[in-house]
Amino acid sequence: MAIAASTFESLELHGVGRSFGGRNALVDLNLTVRAGEFIALLGPSGCGKSTALNCIAGLIPLTHGEILIDGKRVDTIAAEKRGFGMVFQNYALFPHLTVEKNIAFGLQMRNVAKSEVKRRVAEAIALVKLEEHATKLPGQLSGGQQQRVAIARAVVVEPRLVLMDEPLSNLDAKLRLEMRTEIRRLHTSLGLTTLYVTHDQEEALSMADRLVVLREGRVQQVGTPQELHNGPANWHVADFMGYRNLIDMDVTAVDGDLVTIQDKGFTLQGTATQPVSVGEKVRVAIRPEDLLAVSATVPVRGGNVTTGFVSVVEYHGREFAVGVTTAGGQGLHVRSDHPPVVGSTIELTADPARVLVFPTQLANPITLSAQERELAEVRG
Amino acid sequence: MSTAALKAGKGGTAAKSTASLRHRLAERGIDTSLLMLVPALFFAVALFIYPFSYGIGLTFQPSPEIQQQWGGGMFANYVAFFKDSFLFDSVWLTMRLALPVAIFNVLASIPVAFKLRQRFRGKKLLTTLVVLPITLGTVLTAQGLLIFAGRQGWLNRFLIQIGVIDQPVAFVNNYWGVVFSLVISGFPFAFLLISSYLSGIDPSIEAAAKVMGANWQQRFRRVILPLLAPGLATTSILTFVLAFSVFPSARLVGDAMGSTRVMSLMAFRAFGEQNDYPMASTIAIIMGLIELVVIAVILVWRSTMYKGSTGGKG
Repeated sequence: MAIAASTFESLELHGVGRSFGGRNALVDLNLTVRAGEFIALLGPSGCGKSTALNCIAGLIPLTHGEILIDGKRVDTIAAEKRGFGMVFQNYALFPHLTVEKNIAFGLQMRNVAKSEVKRRVAEAIALVKLEEHATKLPGQLSGGQQQRVAIARAVVVEPRLVLMDEPLSNLDAKLRLEMRTEIRRLHTSLGLTTLYVTHDQEEALSMADRLVVLREGRVQQVGTPQELHNGPANWHVADFMGYRNLIDMDVTAVDGDLVTIQDKGFTLQGTATQPVSVGEKVRVAIRPEDLLAVSATVPVRGGNVTTGFVSVVEYHGREFAVGVTTAGGQGLHVRSDHPPVVGSTIELTADPARVLVFPTQLANPITLSAQERELAEVRG
Repeated sequence: MSTAALKAGKGGTAAKSTASLRHRLAERGIDTSLLMLVPALFFAVALFIYPFSYGIGLTFQPSPEIQQQWGGGMFANYVAFFKDSFLFDSVWLTMRLALPVAIFNVLASIPVAFKLRQRFRGKKLLTTLVVLPITLGTVLTAQGLLIFAGRQGWLNRFLIQIGVIDQPVAFVNNYWGVVFSLVISGFPFAFLLISSYLSGIDPSIEAAAKVMGANWQQRFRRVILPLLAPGLATTSILTFVLAFSVFPSARLVGDAMGSTRVMSLMAFRAFGEQNDYPMASTIAIIMGLIELVVIAVILVWRSTMYKGSTGGKG
C-alpha cells in the first residue's frame, strides 16, 4: 500500500475553547491523541463537537487554549498549512471537477509531480472502489459514491490527521453500516489518525478506539467504548449510551456502593457511581436490556423485584420490548422473552450492578477553570 | 363537462384513456389557468412585438434626403449609418464607455460581495450603503455629480485648498463624468447580482479547498471563479446592456457632442431634432444588434464553463 499516513507521536489539545459573541460553544477541551488512534467526538447537536473539529482543522480560530503536535503549536498555523484531511458532512466536493480532479486537488496544491499525482489518484480511486466513475462529475454520483470520493480526497494527501464531520449522517441506514466498516478498514490499513464527529452512539461505539462525550461545550467523559458503555460518568453520558430508563428516585438506604432507592410504589437496589446519602434525590439509569420481565427462564436477580402494568408490547424478533407503567406513573422500557398481556401486572427484575445511581446535578461549577469563573462573574 | 366524461366513458376501450376531455387537456397543461397569461401576452404584443416590428419596418423606408445622399434604395438608412462617420463613430464612443464600465462594475463587485458575505458587525449598514445608489435616479446622480465634482464643486475647491491641485480638474462634462455616473448606478446592481450568485456557493466547498492546502489565490482561481463564472457572465451582460443604453447621464454629465456622443443620443437626435423616424429606428436596431453580438460572445464563453449545481442555497 503506497498511501500511508505521515506520522507524529501525539496531538495534544490544552484547554481548547471557542466562544461566539459571549456564548461558549466549546470549553476547556483537553485531549491527547496518539498516532493511529480513532477518536470519536460524541454528543447531541449543538454540543460543540463540530466546533471542536473546525477548531482543530483551523477553519475557526480558537479563543482559548492551544493545540500541539509533538510539542509544536499548530493552532497558530493557517488551515491550508496544517496538512490535515477533512471529510465534511455534506461532502463539499468541488462540483465542477471530475472525481479524479477532486482527488488530485490536494496533491496539486502540494506541488506533487504530475506522474506521482496520477499514480496516487489512481490508487486512491482503487482504494474506495470508484474506478468506473473516475471521470464523472460529483453530481452524477450517488450519495454513497460521493462520500467515498470525499474520503479518498482526504486520505490521498497522506494527512497527519483525518477529521470527519458526521460523514455518514446523509446516507441511508444500510449504506451507513457499510461505510462504517469501510472507514474503519481504511483507518486501520492506512494507519491513519482519525478524529470522528458523530451524534450516533452506536457509530461511535463500533468505530472508535476512544470516545469523547460532549455536552453544552463541555467534556463529560473520555474513555474506551467499554468504559463508557459500562461505566458512564454521569446520567447524561448514560442517556447517550443507551440507558433509556432514567428515573428520578430517593435514596432510602446506603450500604457501601449498594444503594436502596425508592420512587412512588417501587423500590430497587442499585450501585452508586458517586457517594450518595440517605434522603438525597438521585437519577437512576437502567438499560432496557438489563430491566427484565420475570419468567420461568428469567429468575429474580439480586433480590431486585418490582411490579408494573404492561402498556405496550413490541415484537423485536428474538425478544419483546415491553412498555411498563409503575404504580407511580413512571414509564419503563423493559425486555421480555415472552409477550405479556397488555394491561396485566408483571414482575420486573434487574441486577443491582446494572442499576446505576447518579447525582441529579450535572454541571459542577468547581470544574470550571479560574478564567471561566472570572468570565462568568463578569457577565453576571 | 359531465357529458364529456360520459362520452369518454362510453367510447373508451381498454387502451383509451377513460378520463374526461377536460381532464386529458389539463394533463397537457391546457386549462383555465392559461388565462392568467392573457395580461402578459397583451402587453408583450402591444408594447413590444408590434412597436418593434413597426420599427424594423420603418428602417426600410428611408427618407428621400437620406436616399439621395447615400443611395442604397430601401437600405439607405443602413448605408448611411455605416458610411457617415459622424453616426458610425458613436458605436465606438458607446463601446468605449460601456465595456470598461461593465468590466469595472463586475470586477469591483467581486471582492465587496466576498467581504459582505461574512458575518460581522455593521454588515447590514454597509450593505445598505453599497446598494443605496440604486434608489437614486440617473438625473439625481447627475445633478449630485455636477454639484459635487463640477469646476466650482466641493471636491475641486477642497483639492485646491489642501494644495493637491492649483487649477480645477474637469471631473464632469466629459468621458469621466459619464463613467462615474454609470459606476454609481451600475455598481450596486452588479454587487446585488454577484452576491446572490456567491451565496449560492456552499461555503464548505471553500473550506474543503482550504484544508486541502489551497491558499486564497488558488481557492479563488480554481474553485470560486469556475463556480461563479455563470453568474459573472449574466452580471456582465446585464451591466453591459445598462451601460450601453446610457442616455441621460451622457447628456447631463457628459460631453454630448464630443467624447460621449453615444448611440442613444444619436438616435434621439435623429428622432427629436431631424424628425427622421426611420433613421432613429435604424440606429436603435443597430444598437440592439451590437448588444446581441456582445451577449453572444459572453454566452459562448459561458458555455465552456461548469453550469451545474453549486451546492449552496441558491
